[in-house]
Amino acid sequence: MTYIVKPKNHHPLLEKNELGLTRRDYEGAVSTLCAGCGHDSISSAIVEACFQLSIESYKVAKLSGIGCSSKAPAYFLNQSHGFNSVHGRMPSVATGAAMANHELLYLGVSGDGDSASIGIGQFIHCARRQLNMTYIVENNGTYGLTKGQFSATNDLESKSKYGDDNLFPSIDLPSMAIQLGASFVARSFSGDRDQLVPLLKAAISHKGFSFLDIISPCVTFNNHNTSTKSYDYIREHNDSLSKPDFVPLGKEITTNYNEGSSIEVPLHDGSLLSLEKLSEDYDPKDKITAIKNIQESQRDNKVLTGLLYVDPEAKDLKEILNVSDTPLNTMGTEDLCPGSEKLTEINLSLK
Amino acid sequence: MSKISSINDFVIKFGNVNGSGSASANQMFAKGVFRSGIPVSPKNIFPSNIQGLPTWFEVRVNEKGYLGRREGIDIAVAMNPQSYGQDVTELKQGGYLIYDSSWKRDFGRDDINILEIPLTKLCVQEFTNPKQRLLFKNLGYVGLLASILEMDKDIYISLIEEQFKGKEKLIEPNIKALEIGYKYAEENFKDLCDIKVKKSDKTEGLILTSGNDAAGLGCVYGGATVCAWYPITPSTSLAESFEKYSEKFRVEIGTDKNKYAFIQAEDELAAMGMTIGANWNGARAFTATSGPGVSLMSEFIGLAYFAEVPAVLFNVQRGGPSTGMPTRTQQSDIISSAYASHGDTKHIMLIPSDPKECFDFAVEAFDLAERYQTPVIVLLDLDLGMNDWSSKEFDWNDLNEYDRGKVLSKKDLDGIEEFGRYLDIDGDGVPYRTYPGTHPQKGAYFTRGTSHDEYARYTEDGVKNAEILTRLTKKFQTASSTVPPPIFNQEENTSSIGVIYFGSTDCSMQEALDNLQNQSIDVDAMRIRSFPFNLEVWEFIEEHDLLFIVEQNRDGQMRTLLMAEGGIIPDKLVSILCFDGQPITASFITNKINAHISGAPSVAAS
Repeated sequence: MTYIVKPKNHHPLLEKNELGLTRRDYEGAVSTLCAGCGHDSISSAIVEACFQLSIESYKVAKLSGIGCSSKAPAYFLNQSHGFNSVHGRMPSVATGAAMANHELLYLGVSGDGDSASIGIGQFIHCARRQLNMTYIVENNGTYGLTKGQFSATNDLESKSKYGDDNLFPSIDLPSMAIQLGASFVARSFSGDRDQLVPLLKAAISHKGFSFLDIISPCVTFNNHNTSTKSYDYIREHNDSLSKPDFVPLGKEITTNYNEGSSIEVPLHDGSLLSLEKLSEDYDPKDKITAIKNIQESQRDNKVLTGLLYVDPEAKDLKEILNVSDTPLNTMGTEDLCPGSEKLTEINLSLK
Repeated sequence: MSKISSINDFVIKFGNVNGSGSASANQMFAKGVFRSGIPVSPKNIFPSNIQGLPTWFEVRVNEKGYLGRREGIDIAVAMNPQSYGQDVTELKQGGYLIYDSSWKRDFGRDDINILEIPLTKLCVQEFTNPKQRLLFKNLGYVGLLASILEMDKDIYISLIEEQFKGKEKLIEPNIKALEIGYKYAEENFKDLCDIKVKKSDKTEGLILTSGNDAAGLGCVYGGATVCAWYPITPSTSLAESFEKYSEKFRVEIGTDKNKYAFIQAEDELAAMGMTIGANWNGARAFTATSGPGVSLMSEFIGLAYFAEVPAVLFNVQRGGPSTGMPTRTQQSDIISSAYASHGDTKHIMLIPSDPKECFDFAVEAFDLAERYQTPVIVLLDLDLGMNDWSSKEFDWNDLNEYDRGKVLSKKDLDGIEEFGRYLDIDGDGVPYRTYPGTHPQKGAYFTRGTSHDEYARYTEDGVKNAEILTRLTKKFQTASSTVPPPIFNQEENTSSIGVIYFGSTDCSMQEALDNLQNQSIDVDAMRIRSFPFNLEVWEFIEEHDLLFIVEQNRDGQMRTLLMAEGGIIPDKLVSILCFDGQPITASFITNKINAHISGAPSVAAS
């Protein structure tokens, strides 16, 4: 059995959030991923973000595809329903689920194999449809569960653990997401918790398709000297656009950025994403600048992180399809069935 | 010159160029006969093409209500010189050929009656718009037919008025086009045709509609709120029917918002994923596709089976892969639907035979899918799905409540100690489920395609997995007693010979059974309507020494399924197989049965 339940004992003095819950209440089963896996840091950041936002776990649906990343939802938010679907198909399951009940929070966890190869079509169309969800790619540039094959996000000049050259250029998912119409696009690093937690909080609070590409080194298959997705490489080449801070709805702004150097993005739910600019020509609402910034940093062998693009006003899929504000899964016969009288009319019209 | 003579019993075939607007005129002709009180079965035989290729439209008119295809054409309306050769060859001796004599032709047959009408010339004289000149030829021959068949012209005038309601400007030129043909025939073809349509009352209680339209409406009545689909012939019009009726009946008063979500997916995989996601979250959701789509959806179908997520899938079967034969009909996805996916999987199937049953089974599919938490596949075929049928009226009991299956509410969860998603509490193999977001502390679980225990926990314990697989078999057995039972042609079996059939072959079978009875050949007949097979199916097979199984596929797939599921001796089951893409005919069935019984079974199946 690879399912390990955590003991339930809590320290009585653990910090509590607005719901009176501790961080432990947002945890999941014990991870069975390799020790040091970047994915575990991401799970921990998700726990932290949900704790800080005082999210009710049972109002969250966690969805994933197949792969190491897709195992992760078992390791956070115990009280949420989870759906470990099929390889590369999480976006479609999330789309159906969100149409059935738009009131839940949809948290999708995918990997680079899942989203950049087998499921790239679903990723594209989910972004294009502007599904209201947070879509996380735990990006390690490799296929872990099948023991270290290159993935489509692996860089051209990178070598495998066994010395093989990667022959094909990498797919940059954030650039694609921006072009496809995703209304919140960010990149971060599993080892940079200070950046990751506020970005997760903002992504969760954003209405529309929030995409987070999180570089998450694979300690077993892709953490060697010649890898561009290793801890050392990312630490050396991380080029942060901004230092984010997230202010939930109704909270006082306490960030202490230098005057003139910050940008504030009010999100749909009234919360505020506050960013300290680290680059001069940085405007997170401008698609063209965002893509230019990403390409320039790629040219300079840097990994651009931070909030890359946001459109807080975008319509989401529910609005585009003009779906009722009452969740469809709560409707019964009286809401849905036109009844016998109408059927008699239909019969008459078919004569 | 011999002339075919008949009242309310004939087959008419239209040969047209596709994309020329002929289908709606031909449809109107059929509806006019239906409104005269005689059952009709129009069949559109169309190419995988948008414009320019030959297309045919065949209408059987039969007062006795025989709606299956019948060989031999009594009247040919040949409007496409490309297909003159074929159209004239198929015409029976003494039959009637109507063609556009703007360009005269010698057809080389002196045993048929030729009615020449210079339709193009007449339309050029009457209309100035080039598009109208072309389009109105179609209504011209409808007018001609109304005259020679001695039909009530006013029926067509009211059909035109109904069709163009809201576009009143179009009514007058359409009626004019009808009159052109009618007047020409009155002046030139008086008493030439001995086939007549005489008003009758045989369509009382009947409607004229297609299986796809009926199934889409059934989904609205059955409470479906999410439709995720990908365009594929011949299933597209099913999804579109759901959209059409939803736009009419599912818009919230006050907000104008939709009580449904209609999503054209990027492919069939996504369509099935969305269907499963929505059902998992407690909405009734479905997809409509055809064989190739089912192939693409198969991985997801297995996930839904194993994770026990309801899903409704309409498979409108067609004649195989790619383009070409797929615009023709077949019943060739029996095995691939019954066992779709990898691993040990089997699925509930419902097999309707007419639009009324398409409606009823669409409604029932959602109840069964939720009751048994499993995919339900409704098997139509192109002939049933896309063609109009003279079908019994739809009916609905307002006391009907949807059976949402074993779903635990917050209150239910409060009353139980520990929730186990896959526990067989009731001993029927059907566990209890929860929707996400029900209860703050209880009822959450992890849905997996990989192996799990009764509490939905990941496990690689093979014994546990075998227990779950065994329970799934139990669940399937439970379902066999509640899926629609077979329909028997007789109250009591009287013969040692039986016939088994299913789906759209029903109409030809009824005619074949009457023919056999007239020949004093006694056979019992059973129409299978669902899978898993009910007890009655096995009893019928047990009670007969020899059974014919009538199917529209090459390999006798239903026969294989019966042998596999019931351990039936192969020798006992004789296949009657039609797989040329045309709907099976009564004479085909009768001839095969006769040949076998007389001891001279034909070698080739079709």
